[in-house]
Amino acid sequence: MAETSRAQSRATQPAVKDGAAPAELRDAVRWYAGMVLARRFEDEAERAFRRGKIGGYLHVYTGQEAVAAGWLAELRSDDIFFTAYRDHAHALLRGSPPGAVMAELFGKATGLAKGKGGSMHLFDVSRGFYGGYGIVGGHIPLATGAAYALRYSGTDRVCLCFLGDGAMNSGAFHEPANMAGLWGRDGLCPVVYIVENNQYGMGTSVSRASAVADLASRFAAYAIDHERADGMDFLAVRALARRAIERVRSTGRPYAVEMLTYRFAGHGAADLFQPYRPKDEVSQARGRDPILTLERQLRTAALLSDADVARIHEEAERAIAEAVRFAEESPEPPAADLDVDIHA
Amino acid sequence: MPELTYREALRTTLIEEMDRDRAVVLLGEDIGLYQGTFRVTADLLDRYGPTRVIDTPISELGFVGAAVGMAMLGLRPVVEVMTWNFALLALDQIVNNAAKVRYFSGGQVNVPLVMRGPNGAGVQLSAQHSQSLEALFGHFPGLYVVAPATPAEATGLLRTAIRGTDPVIFLENAALYGLKGEVPGGAFALPFGQADVARAGRDVTIVAYSRMLHVALTAADRLAAEGIQAEVINLRSLRPLDMRTVIGSVARTHRAVVVQEQWRPYGAAAEIAASIYEQAFDELDAPVERVTGADAPMPYARNLELLAVPHEDDIVRAVKKTLYAS
Repeated sequence: MAETSRAQSRATQPAVKDGAAPAELRDAVRWYAGMVLARRFEDEAERAFRRGKIGGYLHVYTGQEAVAAGWLAELRSDDIFFTAYRDHAHALLRGSPPGAVMAELFGKATGLAKGKGGSMHLFDVSRGFYGGYGIVGGHIPLATGAAYALRYSGTDRVCLCFLGDGAMNSGAFHEPANMAGLWGRDGLCPVVYIVENNQYGMGTSVSRASAVADLASRFAAYAIDHERADGMDFLAVRALARRAIERVRSTGRPYAVEMLTYRFAGHGAADLFQPYRPKDEVSQARGRDPILTLERQLRTAALLSDADVARIHEEAERAIAEAVRFAEESPEPPAADLDVDIHA
Repeated sequence: MPELTYREALRTTLIEEMDRDRAVVLLGEDIGLYQGTFRVTADLLDRYGPTRVIDTPISELGFVGAAVGMAMLGLRPVVEVMTWNFALLALDQIVNNAAKVRYFSGGQVNVPLVMRGPNGAGVQLSAQHSQSLEALFGHFPGLYVVAPATPAEATGLLRTAIRGTDPVIFLENAALYGLKGEVPGGAFALPFGQADVARAGRDVTIVAYSRMLHVALTAADRLAAEGIQAEVINLRSLRPLDMRTVIGSVARTHRAVVVQEQWRPYGAAAEIAASIYEQAFDELDAPVERVTGADAPMPYARNLELLAVPHEDDIVRAVKKTLYAS
């Protein structure tokens, strides 16, 4: 995710598009490159899945990149976050090496979790990434308790909890959300719940699964301040993220944001025909591709040239090719690893 | 050595560990202002305040999962489940997060979590509040499962649980809270996976744990009056299981009776009996006998309830069966 010195020098210039403040444009080229890398990673992961190199389930993030990028751009290096199983981009955008992420998908010893977790259980605790969980909603209580621990330990660190729209209908959402509302009264729950509303919980649309379609408003039941915003525009997401994170850090109270987004791919690699959504809905959403949107904004702000774009794509191409090579050449976990790491 | 009740032993150990380590926090329903359903946490809210003694809503999934998250971030939460029956509401958090997150993260996090509360039958609590769930939790890799039968074990095992680095299912028993016994001082701790020979004998090995230990010891007294010397093994810990002590005893007595309060199918006794067959088949002079609860939901009516849980008579009968006596 290297950026050119030219882009850096221009990053101090005022923004000119979409009402974005200059701060959102600071190192935005780097985040653009990160989103391109994440996209390329997912394309390659799908290919590797078809080649039989990746087993199990594979849930790609294609289309939702602005959400993870916008939030992680504003997360301090000692802050932490949790997410569900659509987690590759979160790891990559936080700086986990693409090779270690791909190796985990390939089930190799050099993977982020030594090949024990796979696609759904990426972890990089050294970077504050506490996982990667496969049971819908099941990580929400963990993130809530983790936030309590951060504040109990006397720090001003915060916790981001990414969750999907489908998770909001589980008990695992409602119980900790209520507790966060209670703990927040005493400033003991610095968590941001980031609902990545990609419109479908697997194949069931939000309107068919939630009695209230405005998901953000459901946080009102637990006295958690909330808002709903576009999740396809990196600069807007980032501006919101800065505000929300600062607020949670200073108050110790939870906050919730519903990010309206869309996954361009199927739910998982096996979701080939997607009978639950019309094809033109997907193509319409692709018209709002978050990477192209940011690219346009950066070009307008004169932070990105044709040459930059070409170079960033080439670098992503190279990095992903290298990640695949690394994953393929890495050894499988040794047999002796089967019962290692069960207990400390 | 001071004599304490099982309840006092638990409470005293909580206090000692909370005084020693600020990372120890308590969560549970009505553990603070209400003083705890069984008063194990009496007065602790006053001592440590609401950030360390956290009264939770009735949200087992929520507070057990939150405790897992706290543990992942370095706290040492001790969760009280009002009874283990209610922990079924938190089963996904226990099984899919607490037990496994260390493994599927490739060892990047620890979960120093203790879940404690009463397990097993009470008196006329009927079907939903009387379950013995040790076999369920014993099934999952990643969990420790312990079941203290005496005040000393309550202290020794709880201290090991709190100071450990992995999730512990700590099974108390409501009928034992008033039981008195001597408790060693000086940060007394008992290792997991080490059974105790509660009574020595040469004729038959009786394996038991938790409240059933006391039923087994009473049965052994009665058998002794008839000239049968039963050795009684108190497991203390179900996962890990100290089969070495069990097999050592069976190698001397050549007969074994395994006692559990829970339902017979797929229970702890089946696991122990199978392990005896695998590891000491040639030592056996008779088939292993299982003494278990009846295979029915717990009834409310007192006469039926008495039929549903094991008693001394059942153990005496089983022992005699292994001796081909009547």
